[in-house]
Amino acid sequence: MLAHSLSTMTVLRVRVEPDVLAFLLTERAYKKLDSTTMSENLIEVSGLTKKYGDFTAVDGIDFHVRRSESFGFLGPNGAGKSTTMRIIAATSQRTSGKVSVLGKDPEVEGPQIRAHLGVVPQQDNLDIQLTVTENLYIYGRYFGLPDKFIRAKIEELLEFAQLDEKRNVKVDLLSGGMKRRLTIARALVSEPDILILDEPTTGLDPQARHILWDRLFRLKENGITLLLTTHYMDEAEQLCDRLIVMDKGSIMAEGTPLELIKKYCSKEVLEVRFGSDKNALLAPAMKELCERIEVLPDRILLYTDDAEDALDSIVRAGHHPHTSLARRSSLEDVFLRLTGRSLID
Amino acid sequence: MSTVHSNRKIPRFGARYIFEARIRTMTKFVWIILAVTILNPLLYLISIGVGVGSLISHNLGPHGMDGVSYLTFLAPALLAASAIQAAQDEVTFPTFQGFKWGRIFYGINATPQSGSNIAGGVFLAAMARTVLGVAVYSTLLYLFGAMNSPHSYLAIPIAIFSGAAFGAVMLAFAAYTENEDKFFTIVGRFVVGPMFLFSGTFFPITNMPLAVQVFGWVSPLWHSIELGRYATYGHKISMTMVVIHFTYLLAMLVFGLFFAFRQYSRRLEK
Repeated sequence: MLAHSLSTMTVLRVRVEPDVLAFLLTERAYKKLDSTTMSENLIEVSGLTKKYGDFTAVDGIDFHVRRSESFGFLGPNGAGKSTTMRIIAATSQRTSGKVSVLGKDPEVEGPQIRAHLGVVPQQDNLDIQLTVTENLYIYGRYFGLPDKFIRAKIEELLEFAQLDEKRNVKVDLLSGGMKRRLTIARALVSEPDILILDEPTTGLDPQARHILWDRLFRLKENGITLLLTTHYMDEAEQLCDRLIVMDKGSIMAEGTPLELIKKYCSKEVLEVRFGSDKNALLAPAMKELCERIEVLPDRILLYTDDAEDALDSIVRAGHHPHTSLARRSSLEDVFLRLTGRSLID
Repeated sequence: MSTVHSNRKIPRFGARYIFEARIRTMTKFVWIILAVTILNPLLYLISIGVGVGSLISHNLGPHGMDGVSYLTFLAPALLAASAIQAAQDEVTFPTFQGFKWGRIFYGINATPQSGSNIAGGVFLAAMARTVLGVAVYSTLLYLFGAMNSPHSYLAIPIAIFSGAAFGAVMLAFAAYTENEDKFFTIVGRFVVGPMFLFSGTFFPITNMPLAVQVFGWVSPLWHSIELGRYATYGHKISMTMVVIHFTYLLAMLVFGLFFAFRQYSRRLEK
């Protein structure tokens, strides 16, 4: 199980610290939490629909999120993830369906629910005219928290977000990664029960993403309930105990990353490239060698239980791909299988 | 599903926290604000008040304008105009900043704060800036000898009231505005500019043709100036007109805030 889980990472050759890898044992982490704290549903959603005029952004979805769970929405841009998040965060009204957050209806008790949430929006909305500490301070005040509490909290958060050296710097002058970390720190100022993150690492360079992931892992360790959207499958695999795959406002699949890969994919994938004009041409030949293939503009994917073996038979049949890559299946493959499209177009 | 949460208290009168943050942001621009607050009135007082004033007293005598000196005539008008300008600046820019440029209102709205609280906080901070402006301006007017009528101090609350009335309407307008470029063009060229010129600031609007006077009637500045002149030196208008002027400004304040609060909430919910 460990090997399987880890190998899904090898596609990107992501380097992760050992303690971080422990979290990739999703099933184990899942079981452990299940037996202790995960019995209570903090969020319950059924038949949730949101329409903007004729356009249906969210089309009757159902899901629930348990306490201390890290729950993800995976899907391409425009899938309805952010809309769903905003409805749960009690900042957008639904068209129909039932939503309960912390036992309350966001439409009725919005401010009361928001008092217990920390929200990291897709687009940073820090006050760029103020400094790092000032941003944390005023945000704590919006929750009506007392001065003394906020001042102590700021010290804790600056350390957590690794922004101590930047405490008196105007936010305008921070890098993208720092702003993201500050936004996360800001969301934590009120010690929320649920932390909601909308595309937390979109637009960040790989190093900044890894720092951010590490911070989010620490929060997970402390038992906070995480709700995040992403269109990066590696992010979903690393951070989510359980996730739903969304496309065009609907839920395509639900489960742990491992369950989804097992259910919708073969064990391994072989990627072969024959050159862009030849890929489509050789597709029928590949189809003969493998029961399920996916032809993309730049490569052909062969879903198989043994990728090395599949490559051998391609060569034996007299075909010579320019490049080939044998790897374990990932959530990207799950998404491709479910929708026939890539996550990032 | 059980609820094991302690219900955290929702902050009462939440607008004060937005007010706090706005003041904090304004202090970053304190030198610019002070420079504008002091230099602008100085330039007006020297050029128009003293320059044009001497021309008027030379031709019409020291009490040639509505029975008083030109500076006395001018004082309530300048004070009200500056209040209106300050209020407008401090409601429009933060609104565009909050909804569009930096989207900070969406961050505030993710806390227990509502759209109405945010609108209220922005408005209160604009009022603080307006009060500061009026305080500085009236001090300068005093130093120039323009506050010499028995009730000249009454021009101060009237100016602040006018700033609040116009500020409330502009707060609503800014919240409805998606394209701020158009907003500044329209408001700057066709509202604030003409308002300053056609509201009887520098001469009674009755000196103008009736068709042009209409501009003055809809202008909050004209209503404010008439009230100010009536209160400070006894400018002759009927009691009915006093009530109309006051009611007009009060209506702007009430409706402006109503629509601003509503649109702030609606826009955040989109």
